[in-house]
Amino acid sequence: MASKVIHAFYDDDDVLMLAVKKVKAAKFRIEEVYCPFPVHGLDKAMGLAPTRLAVTSFLYGCVGLAVATVMMNYIMIEDWPQDIGGKPSFSYIENMPAFVPIMFELTIFFAAHLMVITFYLRSRLWPFKKAENPDVRTTDDHFLMEIEIQGNEQDLKDLLANTGAVEINILEKNSH
Amino acid sequence: MYTFSNRLKIGSIILMAVGLLGIVGGFVMAPSTVEEAKAMVAAHDDEGYAEDVSHAAGTHDEGHDASHDEHLLHQLQNKPWAALYIAAFFFMMISLGVLAFYAIQRAAQAGWSPLLFRVMEGITAYLVPGGIVVFVILLLSTLHMNHLFIWMDAEVVAHDEIIQAKSGYLNPTFFLIRAVFFLTGWIAYREYSRKLSLRQDESSDDSNFKMNFRISAGFLVFYLITESIMSWDWIMSVDPHWFSTLFGWYIFASMFVSGITVIAMVTIYLKSKGYLQDVNDSHIHDLAKFMFGISIFWTYLWFSQYMLIWYSNIPEEVTYYVTRINDYKLPFFGMVVMNFLFPLLLLMNSDFKRVNWFVVMAGVVILAGHYLDIFVAIMPATVGDQWYIGIPEISSVLFFAGFFIFWVFRALTKAPLQPKRNPFIEESKHFHY
Repeated sequence: MASKVIHAFYDDDDVLMLAVKKVKAAKFRIEEVYCPFPVHGLDKAMGLAPTRLAVTSFLYGCVGLAVATVMMNYIMIEDWPQDIGGKPSFSYIENMPAFVPIMFELTIFFAAHLMVITFYLRSRLWPFKKAENPDVRTTDDHFLMEIEIQGNEQDLKDLLANTGAVEINILEKNSH
Repeated sequence: MYTFSNRLKIGSIILMAVGLLGIVGGFVMAPSTVEEAKAMVAAHDDEGYAEDVSHAAGTHDEGHDASHDEHLLHQLQNKPWAALYIAAFFFMMISLGVLAFYAIQRAAQAGWSPLLFRVMEGITAYLVPGGIVVFVILLLSTLHMNHLFIWMDAEVVAHDEIIQAKSGYLNPTFFLIRAVFFLTGWIAYREYSRKLSLRQDESSDDSNFKMNFRISAGFLVFYLITESIMSWDWIMSVDPHWFSTLFGWYIFASMFVSGITVIAMVTIYLKSKGYLQDVNDSHIHDLAKFMFGISIFWTYLWFSQYMLIWYSNIPEEVTYYVTRINDYKLPFFGMVVMNFLFPLLLLMNSDFKRVNWFVVMAGVVILAGHYLDIFVAIMPATVGDQWYIGIPEISSVLFFAGFFIFWVFRALTKAPLQPKRNPFIEESKHFHY
């Protein structure tokens, strides 16, 4: 289904922030904002929900710790409890200090890598992915706000012109 | 300006009075003869230990038995002294840790912390009386009032070649000279930096601020060296047969995290009374992040020291941990839970770090954990398996806690709680994370 969207361009992040606040105040739904760099506080101004990436990382870390513990316990204590240089391999707790470096590293490994992969999956990033950039200038020095038009085209245009937009385009967009 | 509330003042005086009573009680209760010491141990746990003693008496010859009893007497006599020393050192270490944090904030030109400088200066005010108290205890040790440091006992040294070989460093005169040198340096920086900080409020340029920056950077160099030597002198030398290279760092981590915790707690207290209007959740959040990070740093050093010695298992090094694990299992491993696991799980969440009562609760556990840390460092060498957290220990903590509160909050009344002309004060007021 094709729909009409409005693209408002800004050349300053402070102006963009004010514009976002005005558009939100006028009860329009902002589809997307494209920026060349992170704009501090933009997510708050847009009212985006906070990320839960840190929570997933914590859980992945717990998995890593469990993997390390189970692996070392199976290999060193249960499967073949050899006497290696007098280390006490009678129980896991007795020989634990020797396993801590591995437990630590695997916790970090799982927490870091799985979180990064989660980030890629959730933000749909992978090699050979087609770039979703609506205008090349947004990767250099322009900010772009995209709003879907639902029958009140002129109102929205006037509002955006008032917010200091340097360029306003209306175009057809095929929804994916 | 802060006014010392009467309730807090009376509370701190009561703490001091109760603590002092208990400390005196602890010294009175300590045995003065071998017979008393034996009777105390027998009465303390009449089933288990008495059997041990009689068993030991049966197998050893008379001479050895007598020296064992003498040893027991010394341990029991050391108990009130060690309790006093641990508490005195613990509170001095808090204000020294705050001083290091303060110097780092100045040298790093941190933009968030100038609002807290007066709080830190208030806490470091305790370094003067606290340092002097520790020095007096050390002085009394060199005068043979106690047996905290066995290398001070000429008779022990005469029969101990290891200590003899170290006597070029470990001798009472040099020991006291070093202690005077450390304390003079720390106190001189503290007083001068405070003076410059107050003068900056009244001046018309930033020369005092720049001077403070320079002396803080210089102090950090001095502090790093003296703190390390101090930890060998005041803590490691209770075990003169043992040595560890990262000990200075380890003690530093302990005092640094305790100091930051106390800054957070005092700040939260003053804010709750309406004195620090411009301090916001972000400042507390930053302090809590430091508490979290340095707790983990402490654990890293604790574990590195423990694991290296456990792994190589060289007899002259490993006895340090053998005595601790045999006789101090609960405090030794309990402090790892309190200083690592507890802050790790409690302060990991970003939102929790902004909840004041959460930070205070975590802070109480961290402080108790680091008290145990010093306890486990000093007690095994001074009282051995005769340790107990009883009247002398608790009273000493109460006394110094009262003294600390009294002195710190009295110092806070002496200057406005907000610096006026610090170049970073506006940034600090609008600090937002």
